[in-house]
Amino acid sequence: MEGQSVEELLAKAERDEAEKLQRITVHKELELEFDLGNLLASDRNPPTALRRAGSAPEAELRALARDNTQLLINQLWQLPTERVEEALVAHLPEPATRLPREKPLPRPRPLTRWQQFARLKGIRPRKKTNLVWDEVSGQWRRRWGYQRARDDTKEWLIEVPGGADPLEDQFAKRLQAKKERVAKNELNRLRNLARAHKMQLPSAAGLHPTGHQDRDELGRAMQVAKVSTASVGRFQERLPKEKAPRGSGKKRKFQPLFGDFAAEKKNQLELLRVMNSKKPQLDVTKATNKQMREEDQEAAARRRKMSQKGKRKGGRQGPGGKRKGGPPSQGGKRKGGLGGKANPRPSGPGGKRKGGQHPGGKRRK
Amino acid sequence: MDALDRVVKPKTKRAKRFLEKQEPKLSENIKNAMLIKGGNANLTVTQVLRDVYALKKPYGVLYKKKNITRPFEDQTSLEFFSKKSDCSLFMFGSHNKKRPNNLVIGRMYDYHVLDMIELGIEKFVSLKDIKNSKCPEGTKPMLIFAGDEFDVTEDYRRLKNLLIDFFRGPTVPNIRLAGLDYVLHFTALNGKIYFQSYKLLLKKSGCRTPLIELEEMGPSLDLVVRRTHLASDDLYKLSMKMPKALKPKKRKNISQDTFGTKYGRIHMQKQDLSKLQTRKMKGLKKRPAERITEDQENKPKRIKNN
Repeated sequence: MEGQSVEELLAKAERDEAEKLQRITVHKELELEFDLGNLLASDRNPPTALRRAGSAPEAELRALARDNTQLLINQLWQLPTERVEEALVAHLPEPATRLPREKPLPRPRPLTRWQQFARLKGIRPRKKTNLVWDEVSGQWRRRWGYQRARDDTKEWLIEVPGGADPLEDQFAKRLQAKKERVAKNELNRLRNLARAHKMQLPSAAGLHPTGHQDRDELGRAMQVAKVSTASVGRFQERLPKEKAPRGSGKKRKFQPLFGDFAAEKKNQLELLRVMNSKKPQLDVTKATNKQMREEDQEAAARRRKMSQKGKRKGGRQGPGGKRKGGPPSQGGKRKGGLGGKANPRPSGPGGKRKGGQHPGGKRRK
Repeated sequence: MDALDRVVKPKTKRAKRFLEKQEPKLSENIKNAMLIKGGNANLTVTQVLRDVYALKKPYGVLYKKKNITRPFEDQTSLEFFSKKSDCSLFMFGSHNKKRPNNLVIGRMYDYHVLDMIELGIEKFVSLKDIKNSKCPEGTKPMLIFAGDEFDVTEDYRRLKNLLIDFFRGPTVPNIRLAGLDYVLHFTALNGKIYFQSYKLLLKKSGCRTPLIELEEMGPSLDLVVRRTHLASDDLYKLSMKMPKALKPKKRKNISQDTFGTKYGRIHMQKQDLSKLQTRKMKGLKKRPAERITEDQENKPKRIKNN
């Protein structure tokens, strides 16, 4: 009997608890996502009830809002709390949603000249007192600034030092010295500023080693490093298969303004002669190359026509006037690499050649 | 510090503090919002801007005069305003026949426009129209986004991010639970976004967590997304970059079991096991006679193996 009543009591207590929790529980198909640092909740459930409501969804929206807010409040009430001056305060976590910044990250400023020196020597700033005892006025005064302790421009009596000119204005001299010190300080500050700004310019883009340099920047950095020796890179060794950098010389070559007088005279006389002559002058090399190119094009056009005809007529051998073959003859001097053509050019029917036989034209590609 | 980096140094401490507040920092200030009226803003749009200003006080600036600009064509005047008033969020309202009741909401990065989204206001209920007590200014609102459309398209995702950024208020470590006052509820449904704001009423429930009841309080808008001008992916990535100092530090050599047992790892130098100090049992100590017999036993063993 007692056992029964105990069991009954327990069951009743459980039922009460469940009832209480029921009031604040909300059933959702998909759990909400919470970002308590921002007091944010995201509900991914598709709003089917709202869709049914149609044009005036206010009541439905309010019900949805109430449910979502209840869930958010449940989460917030589970955070660790403390009592601060009679108020219950919950400790929020860090905001989880990543939001863009409003300004870029602060860049570290480059050190000033003094800071570099101090770092090198290991000099650290000494702690100084704020106020200094001033004998003259008999009170504690600040170390620097308005009404400072030992201001030598404010003295009312200055003894003329031993070796100085008696008619010199010592007060003016002190003021002048102070102005010079201030100007020097300002100059140094501006110089430090200019140095700091120069460091942040992108002209030295690839030259400082970061982790993110691309191939061209690395190549440029390597070249600059090679040339930055005392003998301007003359005795720097190259790796076995490394090629010389192309394009590192001057881009345009100019003749010196005055140098070879004889050559200049010759050039100018030649120019005048060409201008005066009635007959057109012939550039033999150019002419030969032009001719060769024309002949090649004609031969190629004929070959194409033949191949088309050949396809239609079953691959017969067409008029073989222009068949290539035979021993290679002196076609011409070839300069540099040939490129595609491996077979040497035969001297075909030379009837079309203008200007007679010539020793050989340079085939320029 | 940028204040000292200028060629003309600030002459007063107040000017120096003003400049220091505006320079880029590791952990940033709270974003300010500027609310601008366009050349042809009508009553609805003006009222919307005033209501949003009331929500965003004191982190907002309401420009009283009309400014004849078009944000989507020319962003220079917006950027100029942003630089002068040090605001990185903005809302621009205008009205014309082609785009009635237009609201452009956007944010800046480094005083240049990052994202801009144009919303059309279809229905608007103002703060004034609902006659009840409002909550004090400067409270941090709760934000709720409902509807699966907020994750489907990039436009909607950025819009959600922008709305969080706009309305979230200051980031605080602690919050007074009784002071949670109002909630802004955004629902995306059928291409429209319903923006509702409710005042929170905490009622007694049986247990510690209170029962919530909502009372419609403030501006409620029905919005339609019109044009967007979103930042390119790499600019967005650049703006999201977190400084290393603020990244959470990893704790090394500590791991947790599924049962919650914490395991730590200790790295030791190599130990000479023969010199290990074990428990001494006097009874098992070898006597000299036994040690000699053991040696003799060991020797024949060695010969056998060979």
